[in-house]
Amino acid sequence: MPNVQRLKNLSGSASIVGVAESDSLGKLPEKSPLALHSEAALNALDDAGLQLSDVDALFTAGWSTLDVAEYLGVQPRFTDGTSVGGSSFVIHVAHAMAAIAAGYCEVALVTHGQSGRSDRAPIPRNPGAPMTQYEYPYGIIGPPVSYALACRRYMHEFGEERARQAMAEIAVSTRKWANLNPKAYFHDRPMSFDEYHDSRWVAWPFHLVDCCLVTDAGAAIVVTTPERAEDCRKGGVTVLGAGEGHDHSMISQMPDLTSAFGRNTGPQALEMAGVGHDDLDLAMIYDSFTYTVLVTLENLGFCGPGEGPDFVADQVTAPGGSFPLNTSGGGLSYTHPGMYGIFTVVEAVRQLRGETGERQLDKCDLALAHGTGGLLSSTGTVVLGRP
Amino acid sequence: MPAEYSKPLPVPQPESDHYWEQATQGKLVLQRCKDCESARFYPRVLCVACQGRDLEWMESAGRGKLFTFSIVHQPPHPGFREDVPYIAAIVELDEGVRMPSQVIGIEPDPEQLHIGMPLEVAFEHVTDSIALPKFRPAAQ
Repeated sequence: MPNVQRLKNLSGSASIVGVAESDSLGKLPEKSPLALHSEAALNALDDAGLQLSDVDALFTAGWSTLDVAEYLGVQPRFTDGTSVGGSSFVIHVAHAMAAIAAGYCEVALVTHGQSGRSDRAPIPRNPGAPMTQYEYPYGIIGPPVSYALACRRYMHEFGEERARQAMAEIAVSTRKWANLNPKAYFHDRPMSFDEYHDSRWVAWPFHLVDCCLVTDAGAAIVVTTPERAEDCRKGGVTVLGAGEGHDHSMISQMPDLTSAFGRNTGPQALEMAGVGHDDLDLAMIYDSFTYTVLVTLENLGFCGPGEGPDFVADQVTAPGGSFPLNTSGGGLSYTHPGMYGIFTVVEAVRQLRGETGERQLDKCDLALAHGTGGLLSSTGTVVLGRP
Repeated sequence: MPAEYSKPLPVPQPESDHYWEQATQGKLVLQRCKDCESARFYPRVLCVACQGRDLEWMESAGRGKLFTFSIVHQPPHPGFREDVPYIAAIVELDEGVRMPSQVIGIEPDPEQLHIGMPLEVAFEHVTDSIALPKFRPAAQ
């Protein structure tokens, strides 16, 4: 089990000094995934006032760190290709802190780049793996079907109408945030509750608008020591707490379809940071689907099992509401290239720095970013704070 | 059997050869741990309940209950274009294990399907060497 005392000692021992997306987001057939990694990396280093030559540690998922490092021309002294789906990049931030604190490296670069929409050569899955062997033949392929199976079980346990209303609340409030983010895919497209309920079925109980976007995009994060952060262009945002883990790969083997691993990573990250749920000013929670947000709020302990629908009622998660959630517009309405987790950290850092313009929160001193990966399989949570 | 089967096919592994071979014979088999007697889906070389390595095959009665389902409207793979809408499901077998499958022999209508409804196995022979255990509403 994690040693909480040692984790508390680690809290605050690294700072995020640079965050950025690729030059553009959306439909980008003219850019390869590695080009998106590179654009984001250069932009994040520029954000930090650092150079590629400063980088001595590389973290990525989807692609091998070998490919990304060679393409960028860096020779890392610490390399981490932890690849557990879209949560990976949140986990990388925690790994970077551990590696920096241990002395392996000083400037860690986390990169992501994915052409979810336009990839000419998507990476195939191993056809002998259990998931491809036992689920694919039945058309249980990919996130929408798998998450829909979990959502239907949630509806059975806690009520279909309550769950449906909560999913509508989340879809609509997230769209309102996207309408305030010029980089969001749906920046110019408001959405009403009626439009939500009229949306076509992808995999019942999921409407199309219960599902995240599929875009081309990249993002990157630069992590370093708190001391070095003081010399960076915008200073640092402190990494205060972290947790990671997973409890299954394919959806049919998930121990409890209404309880993802955030039940462990959320409480751990908060305890390590020495803060409680009520101290947080912002929650950035991976929204691969509306249901992912609903179940994750419960798993992280913001409310109890089955209480999510009451928790998100009446648009409290929308701009101006009492519980700011996914202020970028999320995977549902801003961007989602496939493994979106890194973007939760990017937005949290920007809100903590006070640089998000029209959607800036009045007060943002403490934020939680949470990634979910695979088929509700893995989670990674970080708690971030202003120094 | 269609001339060209265009959906993903399982690639059996050494520990699952017997599972797939038996399926072609119309039998659903599971592994059982000789030490703790728990049944398991899917076949492995260890018991994840007790770490036992002494496993035996048992034939499932092929009966269970609908644990959850989704009605798939947008094909997640080109091979399913002609099949939508279809019912993706997780079935809880009477032996206490959950397995992925499809429910067939009933309209793909959320009003017709009930979590907990009794199901029985029905094999679909999709190639000479592969039969897929699917499930249909159990005869009363």
